Amino acid sequence: MSTTLRIVNGKVYDPINNVDGAVQDVCIQGGKIVESVPGDAPKIDAHGMVVMPGGVDIHSHIAGPKVNLARKFQPEDHRYDPHPGTPFTRSGAGGIVPSTFATGYRFATLGYTTVMEAAVPPLSARHVLEELEDTAILDKGYYVLMGNNSFLHRMLEKGRMEEFREAVAWWLNASKAYTIKLVNPGADEQWKGDKNSNITDIDQKIHSFDITPRKVIKALIDAANDLGLPHPAHIHCNNLGHSGNYKTTLETMRTAEGRKAHITHIQFNSYGGEPGKNPISAAKEISDFINDNPNISADVGQVMFGESVSMTADAPLSWMLRHVKERKWINCDTECESGCGIIPFEYQQHIYTHALQWAIGLELFLMAKDPWRMVLSTDHPNGGSFMNYPKLIRLLMDRDFRKQEAAGLNQKAMAKTSLLDLDKEFSFSEIAIVTRAGPAKLLGLKDKGHLGVGADADVTIYDEQENREEMFKTARYVLKDGQLFIKNHEFCADPVGRILQVAPEYDKKIEDEIRPFFDNYYSVQFDNYPVFDTHVETEVVPTYPLQ
Amino acid sequence: MDNNISGEPNIKVVKNATCTFCGCVCDDMELTVDLDQKRITKAKNACVLGKAWFFEHSVDESRPLARIDGKEVSLDDAIEEAAQILVNARFPIIYGMSNSTSEAQRETVKMADLLSANIDSTSSVCHGPTGMGLQGVGEPTTTLGEVKNRADMIVYWGCNPSDCHPRLSTHFTVMPKGMYIPNGRKDRTVINVDVRATATSQLSDLFIQTKPGSDFELLWALRILTRGGRLNSTIEEQTGVTIAVIEDLANRLRSCNYGILFFGMGLSMTRGRHYNTSALHMLATDLNEHTHFVVKPARGHGNVTGADTVLSWQTGYPFGINFNRGYPRHEPGEFTTTDILTRGEADAACIIASDPIANFAKPAIDHLKKIPVISFDPKPTPTSEMARVAFTTSCYGINTPGTVYRMDDIPIPLRPAFESPFPSDQEILIPLIKRIRELKSVSSAAA
Repeated sequence: MSTTLRIVNGKVYDPINNVDGAVQDVCIQGGKIVESVPGDAPKIDAHGMVVMPGGVDIHSHIAGPKVNLARKFQPEDHRYDPHPGTPFTRSGAGGIVPSTFATGYRFATLGYTTVMEAAVPPLSARHVLEELEDTAILDKGYYVLMGNNSFLHRMLEKGRMEEFREAVAWWLNASKAYTIKLVNPGADEQWKGDKNSNITDIDQKIHSFDITPRKVIKALIDAANDLGLPHPAHIHCNNLGHSGNYKTTLETMRTAEGRKAHITHIQFNSYGGEPGKNPISAAKEISDFINDNPNISADVGQVMFGESVSMTADAPLSWMLRHVKERKWINCDTECESGCGIIPFEYQQHIYTHALQWAIGLELFLMAKDPWRMVLSTDHPNGGSFMNYPKLIRLLMDRDFRKQEAAGLNQKAMAKTSLLDLDKEFSFSEIAIVTRAGPAKLLGLKDKGHLGVGADADVTIYDEQENREEMFKTARYVLKDGQLFIKNHEFCADPVGRILQVAPEYDKKIEDEIRPFFDNYYSVQFDNYPVFDTHVETEVVPTYPLQ
Repeated sequence: MDNNISGEPNIKVVKNATCTFCGCVCDDMELTVDLDQKRITKAKNACVLGKAWFFEHSVDESRPLARIDGKEVSLDDAIEEAAQILVNARFPIIYGMSNSTSEAQRETVKMADLLSANIDSTSSVCHGPTGMGLQGVGEPTTTLGEVKNRADMIVYWGCNPSDCHPRLSTHFTVMPKGMYIPNGRKDRTVINVDVRATATSQLSDLFIQTKPGSDFELLWALRILTRGGRLNSTIEEQTGVTIAVIEDLANRLRSCNYGILFFGMGLSMTRGRHYNTSALHMLATDLNEHTHFVVKPARGHGNVTGADTVLSWQTGYPFGINFNRGYPRHEPGEFTTTDILTRGEADAACIIASDPIANFAKPAIDHLKKIPVISFDPKPTPTSEMARVAFTTSCYGINTPGTVYRMDDIPIPLRPAFESPFPSDQEILIPLIKRIRELKSVSSAAA
């Protein structure tokens, strides 16, 4: 039920439209931002408040098979953080990996209205779509794993690049996904086929295939650009978590050769030092490269202290973490498509590596010359829960708070970073960029992340408070598509969000190539693999293929 | 509609149909359907169990769509009665779900949340302890296609797929050729561990017979060897297996390229239960120090995996869940259905696509007979026949479209063979939930 509404007296931060704290009206009708509404339209008096577009999260793990395994295997995570229902909302479980409905409500409480699930194998497409349908409030989509796809590897091996691109387009359609995801490309073959080994160099030969990870990376970056996807290939680099991996990250970014690519949770790939030894910060090397290369965007993947859950399609990474601390561990192989590892984890202030990771993330934020291309994430729940975003915002906005926090950390680690020399403090406008305007732009969502006429009326209103953490913890009002659903911090409705997908055109002939591969190597029938259009309602975001 | 006016047999063929009988959820069925008779006459690719599932399904149109105390009533009246029973109960329980689509399961959990009810699936009397093993120690696992493509070592432990999941070996694991298993069966070693020889032993290269109730000890002995330890000779007396055989087994497991341990209720429902399943998961985890090793419970009902999956995403927990505080809590033994019934706690029950009267322990059945029961079932069962309110439903997979989750968590679509005159579980649940919501809003307004 969308309303006609005028928000008055609020300080508006809408960086896409160059509005930087001006007190001006925001008018809403038919689910959209409009020029004006009749004078007798209902009003929200936002005096003393900050008005921003709804938050947009470019990278979180919120739904699908690995998220659900992480929920299922951690009753201890939910037990002390129940999520009671209200007359308007469903109940659920909280913790680091909340249940689906609770995930939506909790994101919405922070003022977020769009969230992207970051990694799902296409074989589980129906699963993630069903969970996303049950994720309250939010608009959402998901990235489909393609960096370890055996069929695509074979096309690459034979140099059949046209068929490769057609197959990528077929897979995006079949899985109703939003973009291409790469996770430790090439490593699944090492992991599953070569007794749990890993890729260490993007120019090494992938086990059982006559190709290298670099070739996979280049081909998928090109495919995303050629198909004109609204968001480019979304890359979790090789060697994630290992000392010295910044070189791999730089090589991966160079592989894009000027074409658009997004490097995700780049903090985990910004480590100097020697492999096998303690890492040091390479935030400067990474920042310098990104500052100079406008084709590259990234989200940070900030580490926050406390409980987390490492859940990733990077199975060898998970196995490495299990050797850091022998906690319960899940591995899940997906035929021809992916691996997966899950392990509960805790980031602790006194541990050198954890303190360093925390500092590197903040360095990346503070060193970025263009905040539109270095946006906020914790790689929820890998670096910590999304519920840490308010604290992270305070760390960015409040230099004294940052120094005070740093004082309680491992000081050897602090000595290896330049964090304490960085005096920058984020403004409200910059926070609006890294939490909504920037991610919306990077995702190619033209009607999100801003409050200009024609934008989706996803609007968040915060009480302005000196303590930015408290301020961003609970929005006073939140609207989704023009419907007010949080009013004075309480839920008053439960609007249903959309599922966003891309549907690039492809030549049907590619199915004749893929079908026999399925008959031989998959455990499901080719005809049952693509998600039926009747299965779930989605909205197709347009693509702009190169002619 | 399927009206036949030509007099010719009204036949249709459904390709890539899915069999929902067991957890294999084979999706390569080719069903020949006689639409006049509303019967499936051929089921190409189906195993003996699948054939029985398809051929024996007929629609008895004379059966009432809804009954109260055995008397035929309208669907609306039955929904009203069911809603009244559930809203007025102080401790309603919802049970079953494993022979229902995930779409219906999602509605069922919604109803439990709305009612602040207890909800539990048949997992609690099946692989519930496997879920507890997962919660305790984790689990390395895989989808079935990776077994086909890579596994050169397959162990069936405390399960008998040759009889219970006939196509598990022939279609998914032992027999097929795979990407790195070019010769199929010849490239694989199959080992069966069980308390007695079964049809699965005959298919295996090696059969190891253990004493009943000694699985934990044998698994732990294998862990010790895998971690470089030595065995005490008492293990032979405990398990009935010689140290030489155990050492040979441990050697074989760690020297394969890609191994899998399938297991069944021979572990999850015998002495040790979740200790057994935890030990098995930990053995596989240990083996990953040497090679690649995974486990997979051979799940029973067609969508029991879906019940675990849907409950986990909506509540955070896989089975044994109670909403009476307004949020989900999970406690096996406390909120599992047999335990609640045995303690005489529930005062109303809604049974979805399950037959506890035929399966539960006597004290649980005795209590179930004392309270009002609502039953959803396509066929007459002891539960549906004693229920206060009984809905006749269409059969999932044969009549009802939707999604089910295979034993390896892979969602598989359903392609129904013919229409049923009866509604699906979901088609009853949606108006039932609507009516419950109305009744609850009236009672909360009155309060």
